[in-house]
Amino acid sequence: MNALPSPAAAGNSTGAGRLALQALAVAGLALLAALPWLGADDYLIAVGINILQYGVLATAWALFSGPTRYVSLATVAFFGIGAYTAAVFGETLPWPAVLAAALGVSLVLALIVGLATLRLSGVHFVIFTFGLAELVHQLVNWYEVNVTRTLGRYLFVDISQVQIYWQLLALLVAVLATGWAIRRSRLGLALQVIGDDEVVARHVGIDTTRAKLLLFAISAGFIGLAGAAMAPRWTYIDPAIAFNPVISFQVLIMALLGGANRLFGPLLGVLPVALLFELLSGSFPNHFMILLGLVFMAIVYFIPNGLFGLLERRRQRAGKEGGK
Amino acid sequence: MLIVDVLLAGFTLGGMYALIAMGLTLQYGVARIMNLSYGEVLVMSAFGTWFAVTRLDWNPVAVLLASLPLGYLASWLIYRVLMMPLVRRSGAGPALEVDSILATFGLLFLLQGVLLLAFGGNYYSYSYLSQPVDILGSQVAANRLVVLGFAAAIGLGLYLLLTRSRLGTAVRAVAVAPRFAPLVGIDVWRLSAIAFGIGGALVAGGGTLLSMFLPFSATMGVVFAMKALVVVIMGGVGNLLGCLVAGLMLGFAETLVARFVDPGLTLAVNFALFLLVLLLRPAGLFGRVAR
Repeated sequence: MNALPSPAAAGNSTGAGRLALQALAVAGLALLAALPWLGADDYLIAVGINILQYGVLATAWALFSGPTRYVSLATVAFFGIGAYTAAVFGETLPWPAVLAAALGVSLVLALIVGLATLRLSGVHFVIFTFGLAELVHQLVNWYEVNVTRTLGRYLFVDISQVQIYWQLLALLVAVLATGWAIRRSRLGLALQVIGDDEVVARHVGIDTTRAKLLLFAISAGFIGLAGAAMAPRWTYIDPAIAFNPVISFQVLIMALLGGANRLFGPLLGVLPVALLFELLSGSFPNHFMILLGLVFMAIVYFIPNGLFGLLERRRQRAGKEGGK
Repeated sequence: MLIVDVLLAGFTLGGMYALIAMGLTLQYGVARIMNLSYGEVLVMSAFGTWFAVTRLDWNPVAVLLASLPLGYLASWLIYRVLMMPLVRRSGAGPALEVDSILATFGLLFLLQGVLLLAFGGNYYSYSYLSQPVDILGSQVAANRLVVLGFAAAIGLGLYLLLTRSRLGTAVRAVAVAPRFAPLVGIDVWRLSAIAFGIGGALVAGGGTLLSMFLPFSATMGVVFAMKALVVVIMGGVGNLLGCLVAGLMLGFAETLVARFVDPGLTLAVNFALFLLVLLLRPAGLFGRVAR
């Protein structure tokens, strides 16, 4: 994650500083993209795929949940739908068409779910998305058992690990660019107001449901694409694998750890948590759930505003002391 | 008799849902904690009962009498130790709802992880009063009737506690007007802890009752927590009658769909019902708007 600006550098945003920062970001990105040629072995690529996958998911999650403060637990519903779409069409359609189909299905699902639930208050929304993944899982299960009679599908497509890595990297850049563009648009401004006070937002003439729906769909589209991009890694896909609720949970932890209100916040959280879980799941496979719960609670109790919030407060304090 | 079958199955299932949801509505409606780890407490109690019955030769009814106070104590401790810092930090404002969801979500995984480690992912059950009883030409296992009776008794007891006692009146005052309750000398935090504990007692009792007639596994708590949440919101937060009606609705809808359509679609029906109620009455069946 060389593309991350250091918080100190982000503070003095003079023209020259910003230019240097952008150059650094581009160089970091080029380095990441060139990693497979620089003699990275399979293990390193696998770890990279893992980190990039969660990077895309957490950033896309925060696109919607960061500004609106609607905590969505439905990440894996869209991720699984994307992966499943890829499994269904993977061997009959060309790969770009598969990705487009995954995007389309996620968007449609997000619009249906969003239309039905985004009028609800925040807490009701949390509960609904909490169950949505399980609901989609059951429906796909039921459909596969009763209609197609094939529970579990094999996906053989000619896509290498390195290609998955590049797809995810491109997706990450696209999510970040979209997030950046939204922040500078009227939509972004509307979402900030909704996050601060939804009643006020409605009174100043913001169509809150439309704004939330739009962003929910954009976020879900990226998550679905990530699912489709990851599908060839598994070869075998069944509903229990594609709709594993732990994924929603991990994405939530990572985004919260980094700070969901910042564009680069979730990425800051992805790196340590993904590496930590990579280590833990290798050495303590049976205690994984317990450790997951402990890490999560530690974040909620000790770093409620995320690492970004922590760094900012420290900088503010430093600034105050310097001023004395 | 098909209709008696459906009625009995619907009442047992719906009664269980209502009982479990009543505990949750106390925790959420009074203590303002949206407790996602609620289902794990249910399953822990079921496993505790299994252990006491199969290893220590206890009678399940005796276990029920023990699990109520144990559930109260455990949940009271969870509130005092884990939730109080969050309540203090947020000043019981809107941030508490999100914080408590996140903290109890972590707790959910922690408890589930411990259960999986101790018992694995298999289904457990024991046999208790499983001989069939004949009711109006329909065969029912005796344990279901016992469960139904106890569920009704516990629910009635809670109703009387809340409406006929001084403690219950104070609890209801906190539920309706948490900011004004201190004006009449009510210690809101103490009562919140008590309400949270009573909720825990109900769910622990529910777990013991559940283990009498259904097989259970370490991972099923999430589904029960979800259904309880759906019932609570459908019925209107903090409303016991709403819990009863919504719980029975859910129980009957599931029974009917499982019997006549497809058991794989029960969750879909739950959610369709949930959405329908919320779109028509956003505050729930018996809820007042803008609590």
